[in-house]
Amino acid sequence: MAQATAVFDEAPLLERARAGDAEAFTELVQHYERRIYRLAKHITQNDEDAEDVLQETFLKAFEHLPGFQGNSKFYTWVTRIAVNEALMKLRKRKSDKTVPLDEPVDTGDELMVREIAVWEENAEEKYSRQEMNDILQKAVDGLKPDFRTVFVLRDIEELSTEETAEALGISVPAVKSRLLRARLQLREKLTRQFKRKGENIFDYL
Amino acid sequence: MITCKDFLRELNEYLDETADVSMKKELELHVSQCPNCFVVVDTTKQTLRVFKGMEPQEIPSTVQTRLMEALQRRMNSRRATGTAPE
Ligand SMILES: [Zn+2]
Repeated sequence: MAQATAVFDEAPLLERARAGDAEAFTELVQHYERRIYRLAKHITQNDEDAEDVLQETFLKAFEHLPGFQGNSKFYTWVTRIAVNEALMKLRKRKSDKTVPLDEPVDTGDELMVREIAVWEENAEEKYSRQEMNDILQKAVDGLKPDFRTVFVLRDIEELSTEETAEALGISVPAVKSRLLRARLQLREKLTRQFKRKGENIFDYL
Repeated sequence: MITCKDFLRELNEYLDETADVSMKKELELHVSQCPNCFVVVDTTKQTLRVFKGMEPQEIPSTVQTRLMEALQRRMNSRRATGTAPE
């Protein structure tokens, strides 16, 4: 999919869209809608919210397109809108619950590494694509929103550190620190799932 | 040699290959001599690999239809009133 984006030349479409060509804008939407929807689902963890985010994002993009400077890539710009919309939804939902979104940045400064074990050979081939997607989805969903959002943008949507910082309105060091924690927590979860059974690190030494 | 804690703090730089030359050497030396960190690197790499292989979700067709309808409505109202944006 990243490859598809690379060969997709959006510049002419973008120019037409900015000049008010509805068809060109629709084409842009169709090119990015799956990624925006996936992003929205990852952040909001809710189908209804994800759909709202999807619509709001492209309606806003359409509205503000004439003001889009083209300093950043269209996708980065749209992602930024989507992230804002998704975070607003998330805050709205969370306010009914006990978990505040803005928890202290870190509970415990320790970088978590408890599970030290090698994975089974071809671990993921033992699962169907659907099962695998469920496992991964569940793992990401278990992250705190701050970590989850950074991980999704950096490691799933493959934005750069700088683009992620821009999209979230946070600093580059904050992106790095959250990404490290997110990666380690996911490593922990997946290792628990995929580790070679009946073996621990001492067999390895 | 740097400690495991130091190594862990620099794990992203190691994985993303963004460490500077001297740090890179330190990290490589550590991972070649520390089985624990070797396993952590290996399993983190695998973790990232499985996530990168994750397929993007299909948009349900009803969601897709409603998106296009909403856009169409917005575009039509723009055309009808002829208002300049902003
Ligand atoms: Zn070590």
